[in-house]
Amino acid sequence: MAKLSLDDLRKLRDEKRQALEMRETENKTVQIIVGMGTSGIAAGAKQTLSAFVNYLQEYNLTNVSLRQTGSIGLDHAEPVVEVRMTGMPNIIYGKVDTGVAKQIIERHILGKELVDEHVFDRPAPDIVEGV
Amino acid sequence: MHAEIGDFIVEILQNAVESGGRHIRLDIFQTPDSFEFQIQDNGKGMSQSIQDRALDPFYSDGFKHPGRRVGLGLPFLKQALEAIGGEFTLESTEGMGTQVRAKFPLNHVDTPPVGSLSLTLLTCIAFPGEHELIITRTCSDPAIEYRILRSEILDAAGPLEEPGTLGLIREYVESQEDEHG
Repeated sequence: MAKLSLDDLRKLRDEKRQALEMRETENKTVQIIVGMGTSGIAAGAKQTLSAFVNYLQEYNLTNVSLRQTGSIGLDHAEPVVEVRMTGMPNIIYGKVDTGVAKQIIERHILGKELVDEHVFDRPAPDIVEGV
Repeated sequence: MHAEIGDFIVEILQNAVESGGRHIRLDIFQTPDSFEFQIQDNGKGMSQSIQDRALDPFYSDGFKHPGRRVGLGLPFLKQALEAIGGEFTLESTEGMGTQVRAKFPLNHVDTPPVGSLSLTLLTCIAFPGEHELIITRTCSDPAIEYRILRSEILDAAGPLEEPGTLGLIREYVESQEDEHG
């Protein structure tokens, strides 16, 4: 791969933005938040984040924003991922590896059904405040 | 314990972001025999007594991290390096900032693999916040050298919350690393 310059990156972004604007019929944004605390990192949260980047590209999901945060609190169930979207409750999924990431995309985001086996709800309020 | 050296980098970098530092530097030097990283921030820093306790895995002040109460980053790193004859230094001045340096010998049987550096750097860049992060990466064999400014790459690739930004950043870093070359 040739080294990309920052200008190349700008061009790529503009191309992708144009594609997005053409398709943007409804402005409903989905948020995927990956927990990146010590235990999340140890459990492979970087790989989970990267898997989501891949699947968002593969499925051409341009209305999904992907971000990372510190620990969400469910350390026994790392990597932990929260999904927020209209029409669905905010859900915290646990033990999200590459395969589960794919299920979240296919079943939760596209199919609007929960990936039951991985729902871990919310952490206890004394662990995370103000979430 | 962390599986890759990259995990330690992400962890210590997160500390720097959470320290309130506006300027963070991540320098990575690699030779065939060693992998060294240094993370420097101008955040709140730690007094000597807090530094001592920060290396104790059972210590937390209960509020050092927003949103969580414990932290194992520094103790894990120190322990991992002691086990393989690496080097670890922690320098911090209250109100001035903190600097962590870690050098992993790559020829020790228990040294964790470096892992995908582009994924590590993507994660480092993607921590939310308004801080500047300057990454320099030098590797002697194969010869790799580049520098990334977080503000510049976000300006080019788009804000973090914009769909697709993380994919673009990963592509950019991969091309600097030439990981698929």
